[in-house]
Parts: sequence; C-alpha cells; structure tokens
Amino acid sequence: MAVRRLAEKQPKSFAFSNENLAWAEREIKKYPEGRQASAVIPLLWKAQEQEGWVTEPAIRVIADMLGMAHIRVLEVATFYTMFNLEPVGKYLIQLCGTTPCMLRGAEELKKVCRRRIGEQEQVTKDGKFSWREVECLGACVNAPMVQINYDYYEDLTPESFEKILDALAAGKEPKPGPQIDRQFSAPVGGPTTLKTVGK
Amino acid sequence: MAKLIVDGTEIDVPPEYTLLQACEAAGAEIPRFCFHERLSIAGNCRMCLVEVKGSPKPVASCAWAVKDCRPGPNGEPPVVNTKTAMVKKAREGVMEFLLINHPLDCPICDQGGECDLQDQAMAYGVDSSRYEENKRAVEDKYIGPLVKTFMTRCIQCTRCIRFASEVAGVPELGAIGRGEDMEITTYLEHAMTSELQGNVIDLCPVGALTSKPYAFQARPWELIKTESVDVMDAVGSNIRVDTRGREVLRVLPRLNEDINEEWISDKTRFIWDGLRTQRLDQPYVRERGKLRPATWNEAFAAIAKKVKGVKPEKIGAIVGDLASVEEVFALKDLIEKLGSPHIDCRQDGVQIDPSLGRAGYIFNATIAGIDEADSIMIVGSNPRREAPILNARIRKRWRAGGVKIGVIGERANLTYDYEYLGTGPESLANFKPGRDKTKKPLWIIGQGALARKDGTSVLAAFMKAAISAGALSDGWNGISMLHTAASRVGALDVGAVPGEGGMTVEEMAKKDALGVLFLLGADEIEVEKGAFAVYIGTHGDRGAHRADVILPGAAYTEKSGIYVNTEGRPQLANRAAFPPGDAREDWAILRALSEQLEAKLGYDSLAELRRAMMQKHPHLGKIGQIERADASALEKIAKLAGNVDKTAFASPITEFYLTNPIARASAVMAECAALAAQRPLQAAE
Repeated sequence: MAVRRLAEKQPKSFAFSNENLAWAEREIKKYPEGRQASAVIPLLWKAQEQEGWVTEPAIRVIADMLGMAHIRVLEVATFYTMFNLEPVGKYLIQLCGTTPCMLRGAEELKKVCRRRIGEQEQVTKDGKFSWREVECLGACVNAPMVQINYDYYEDLTPESFEKILDALAAGKEPKPGPQIDRQFSAPVGGPTTLKTVGK
Repeated sequence: MAKLIVDGTEIDVPPEYTLLQACEAAGAEIPRFCFHERLSIAGNCRMCLVEVKGSPKPVASCAWAVKDCRPGPNGEPPVVNTKTAMVKKAREGVMEFLLINHPLDCPICDQGGECDLQDQAMAYGVDSSRYEENKRAVEDKYIGPLVKTFMTRCIQCTRCIRFASEVAGVPELGAIGRGEDMEITTYLEHAMTSELQGNVIDLCPVGALTSKPYAFQARPWELIKTESVDVMDAVGSNIRVDTRGREVLRVLPRLNEDINEEWISDKTRFIWDGLRTQRLDQPYVRERGKLRPATWNEAFAAIAKKVKGVKPEKIGAIVGDLASVEEVFALKDLIEKLGSPHIDCRQDGVQIDPSLGRAGYIFNATIAGIDEADSIMIVGSNPRREAPILNARIRKRWRAGGVKIGVIGERANLTYDYEYLGTGPESLANFKPGRDKTKKPLWIIGQGALARKDGTSVLAAFMKAAISAGALSDGWNGISMLHTAASRVGALDVGAVPGEGGMTVEEMAKKDALGVLFLLGADEIEVEKGAFAVYIGTHGDRGAHRADVILPGAAYTEKSGIYVNTEGRPQLANRAAFPPGDAREDWAILRALSEQLEAKLGYDSLAELRRAMMQKHPHLGKIGQIERADASALEKIAKLAGNVDKTAFASPITEFYLTNPIARASAVMAECAALAAQRPLQAAE
C-alpha cells in the first residue's frame, strides 16, 4: 500500500451518460431522505465504469449530486483501492500475488506482464493494457490467476497467459475461467471421489 | 443514575455517561487524544483504555457508556479499574505505537512545552522505543494562511476534522487514504474558509497544526499570560493574551461556558500583528496641512486654543467601537463639563435610544440562553460575520435538534438550515405567529436592521412581532439585540448619546457642523471638512488621517478597561503590554486634557474613575454578571411603530476580517481578506 493521490492530469469536466445518470438517480432513491450520502460508493463505481477511472471532476459531480462536501467523497475514493485514481488500460490486469498464487507461479506471470506491458500501473502506448499486483482474489484453488476487468482467468501458465493477452490485443474475447482442462474448481483430470454415484 | 465502582470507590453517575466521564467523576485521570468534550466521539486513539471487570481486553473508555456495562453475577455494580497493571501496560503499548511514527523533533516543534503527546508520553509512556525501522513521513499540506501544517507529526486523532464539520459547520477538512497512509487535508489543499479555523490549532494534541503567524516566535514558558477580553466583536470572548517583553505574541481562548465556551474567532486570535503596525506612538499636530510630531504639551495647547475659541455647542465627540467604558464615561463627563450635548457612540448610525430602557438594546436571552431556545428568528443580521462565536452557538443548538430557525434579511450561508422569511421590514410586519408557537422563542435583531432612517420603526415592528410570538413570558426574555461593536453596550449604558438638542454622529460628521470634534478611536465614519478634529486612538487609520491633533492611546491589550458585551455583561480587560512610545491610556489622556481645557475631571486614578462610574452605574461593577434588564422597556419600544421603507436589511459587516483599525493594520487579516475576496469568483466558475 502506498500513498494514493489523484492523478496530476485531469479532464476538465465529468458528466454521467444519460443511461448512467438514470441509474444513479434510481440508486440514490434507494436511501431515505437525508441519507443520500449512502449512494457514494455505487456512484463512484459507476463513474469508474464509465471513464475507466475516478476523475477529480467526477468526485465533485458526485459530491454535488449527493449533497456532500467534496472532501468527504475524496476520502471515500482514496480509501478504497479498487477505485482507480489514475487512468488504466482498457484491460486492467489484477494479478494475484498472495502466497498460494505465488507458490504456483505468479512470479512468472509478473515477468510476462513486465515484458509485455511494463511496470505496474503503466498503461501501454495503445492504451490497451495495464497491470497491478493485488492481494488474494479468493481463487486459490485455481492458482495462479489474474482478474482482467470483470473476469477471472485461472490455472495460468506463462504461455496460456500470453495467449490470453494476444487474444485481447487482437480484439477477441478469450474464454474466462480455468485455462486447463478442468471444470471450475473441480479436481484436475476429472472427479476423484463419488465416482459411483448415479451410475 | 447508575452505580459503578471505579478504582474501589462506588460512584453514582447518569447512565448515559461514558466510562471516561464516570472515571473523571470518581477522580481518576484518564489520558486521551481523540476524545474532546465538545466533539463527537471517535474512539480511535486508544489512549483512554481502562479495565472493565469481566472484559478480557481493555476497553476504550471514551466510547463505552456506563449503561453498556454489565453488572456482576449477583447484580453487583460494574467494576472499572484505571490503575491496574493491565491498564498501565495497555497505555504504554498505545503510547509506543503512537510514537512509532511521530518524529522526535520536539526541540524544533512549536507545540513543545504545551503538547499533549509530550506530556502524556512523560506520564504514561515508557522510556525508550523498540522500533528500528524508518518512520513514516507525510507531505505537509497547505490549508490556508492561518494554520501551519507539519503532517508527519499527526497522530490522526481527527479532532480537527470533527471540529470543522461539527462546530464550525464548514466540512473542509478530511482524512484521505487509510491506515498508515492516512493524511489530513482539505479538498485539493484549498485554504480553509471557516472563520473559526484557528481553533483547530488548540485542538490538535500534537504539533501537526500550529499557528502560522506565531511560528517559531516563542516558547510557551517564555510568555507572560494575561487574562483578558476580546474586542473584535460584541460577544466579549474571554481570551488569554500571551506577551514577551512589550510585544503581544499570540491570543488564545479562555474557557467561559456562558460566552465563548472554548472557541474564539480567527479575528480574535490572529489580530495581534496589527497591534504592532501603523501604531501612533507620539502626539501629532497638523501645521500647514501636514501632521508633525509634537509633545503632549504642544498638542494639548493646540486643542485648548481651539476649544476656547468656539462656543460650547460647537464641541462634539464621537465614540469609536473599541473604547472601554471608563474612557467613554470620562469623555462624556468632559463634554458635559465643556457644556455641550453633542456626544454619540452610534458610529454606524443605529437608531437605539438607551433612555427607553436597557432591555431595549441588550441580548436579553443571553448567549447561554441560546441553548434553551426552541425557535430562533434572526432579523437583519448575519451572525456568522457579526459574531462567529455566537453563530457557532446557534449551530450547536440547531445540531441538538428540535429548533426552528427563521431569517429575515440577508440570505447567507450561516452553517445551519433555516427558513427564509423575507428580505426586509415588510416581512417583519407581515409576520404572524403560526399555530406552532414555541415556549422559548429567541428573536435576534442585528445592527443591519437598525442602522437606517427607519431604524426606530423597524425595532418597534421587531418588538411587536417578537412579543406576539411569545418571546416575552414569565421566566423567559428572548428578545435580543446582537451588537457588532465591543464598546457599544457599555457606551449606551453610560449614556453616550446626544443630550437635549445634541447631534447624532451623522450630523456631527457633516461639513462645518462643529468647531471641535473629539474622536475616541472613531475610524468607521468619514468626518467632513470643517471641524478641528482631535483623534484619540491607536492606529493611523481613517480617524488619524482626518485629525488635526492626534493623541496616541492604548489598544485593548495595553490598558485595563471594562467592556460590556452584547448580553450586557461587564467584563474586565487587563493590561498585557504597555502602549508604544509616548502613547498613554485613553482615560489618562482625557484626564490630562481636561485640566488644560479648564474642565478638570474629578478623578486622578483609574480606581477613582471607576468608583465614580460605578456610583452612577452600579451594574458596571458586577464584573462577569448580567444585570437582568426590566422587560417593560420592550413593550414601550413596540408602541413606537412608524412608517418603514422597503429596503432590504443588509449586514453592517461586509468584510469580516477588516472591521476595525487593528484588523486593518494586520498583515494576516489582510491576507485572509484577500483570500475571502477571491472566493465568490471561485464559486462562480
């Protein structure tokens, strides 16, 4: 964890798209009068979905929408590490580096990232990729794994990881989930127990 | 009431007390950093840990209520220990953690010598540290010209954040990041805008927030501390003036629950650099259009020559906003002895007639009474600018809930919600108490509603509306006037208003209205050409520029004087330093001058002057107490109703930071005023 700051380069303004605005207004209505501030995290998340990251104008816009002081929203945005305060690539790779993944070869995946993308939090020139190491994403059975935007890619090897990156770079949609012959987190190579059940 | 055993002694406390309060009631000392009586409970510093019998872990006593404690197995009262080995160890542990990231820079820290962390580390800490890693370092933040930050020292107690959002009502401070990386800052390091922001310096238990103007000026033990009273507004905040040699180095608040609690406004706190600059330190006499330095005798002779050359009714006097009652009394005495009825203290031209009764011009409800009010109506006033401390009190009442606030006049951000009822006298005249009449309505009228031609009628309409709303009942007088000048109530008390056939300030200031005009620190009016002006005051401000003779006086920190605040409470300001150069205390100047004018005043010392004054006005002798005024005056005033015009009420204070000659001489206040002037531009972006 390091000190989190807003990006130096900021866009001039922010506005929710019509669709997102309608969604935000619905979200705000969920809370009773005087408790609109409760909607701050969903709204920040929506802003991040729309822009890829939480911009400074977005913080102000959301604060004004919810009747909060600007600093209050900044507090929330800087507290939660899943709010990106700087631009990220179109595909944000969150690479799990916690013990199980590390033991199963996360270090090798990091090398791939470094070679193909660069250092953490750097966006490639074409704007497609950036990566960061994160703490456990809760898919230890399928270690090592990465999360790319909303999808988990599991049971990776450097080769299969590179294939995924190639596919994404080519604009294809690689299949999420285990990248080896395996159903979700069931045992590799098929079931080992309860084989007779149902036979 | 709930029973509790603290350190073996059984005590009886209200069940909603926190353990910390209960322990203090039992006489035990509990160290703390984040807990503060006037702020919400945060419970994050962990310094107040105590042992509660039955709980396996120590308990943060500030965040644990007495009613949350479970009784013993046979219904015995809960047992709390504050002196056991467990508590000692817990405190040592917390202290060690706090000191891990706290720099060891006490020798260069402005808080040194008056630092909670320093004191408590001595009392509750251990002698050495086991920490060998690098300490955390935090970037300093810009949060305005008044508060200097040194963020590495911050222990993240969040008192400043809570103060800004709760008491000051301007939620500008916040904590960004988290854990070790948590940092206190304003949004994008904008300057704070609250006029109470200086209080965060006092609240900060370490040296993270210190006074910028006072930075590296002195150590607390070098300073001589004098208890005094503030004159920046009519609230009369209790202050402590710290001096070294003859220089005032800082002003701090003093606890007074009935007035300022423990807060003071920024103008009160940071005015002191204005006490050094632009000072008048010797008499001046105008010769051939130019002021030249003179001796006291030359100056007196020049005045005496002029005074003897004019008829008594051509002599007048205007009392300024910072004069103490003694000076006003002596000046009035002198003017009367000279045979003139022309004296006036109402520089801003407010229509207040003290002869109708004292209740007509004081804050009858008292400032502490705001806490009791169940509805508040503010007429023609912007209390946030006119009396920030009083405004904070109204905000406190609003936060407690169950109060309706209405405003007639300027529509300003007062830091609390209110119902806006109109701009001017019409709205006042149309006021009809609804069915939701409250028991203790508080009606506040500001000087903005009275400093106009129809002021008397406005005041009458105000009284009428307030009485109809039930602001006057048995045991409650909620009809209150908020003054802006520290000298005003005292001057009205001693009757410094035109006598029979006397002229008002406005008339006296007119061209050629008078032959000789005495200005006792009167800097807020433009005196037109004609009269020979004698200025008795402290700063080279408007009055001194107009003057033909300048007699250098003493500022409020340089004399002993009684000031009566807007509640009608006389308070004693003490001398903390001496006036510069040849300057003298104002009453002494008047006394010496009177001899030269052959109208000798009958007192040779301040004590004699006070005795004479108190004989005439006995209530001024009751320092710190309010003499309740006879409320029948209010009904009398209500009957004076006349025609009112439709102009909207406007607050008399447009620039909060520049309301008096001391403030105008202060570089710090000038910087604040410049920042404040930029603000509307920012908002318009």
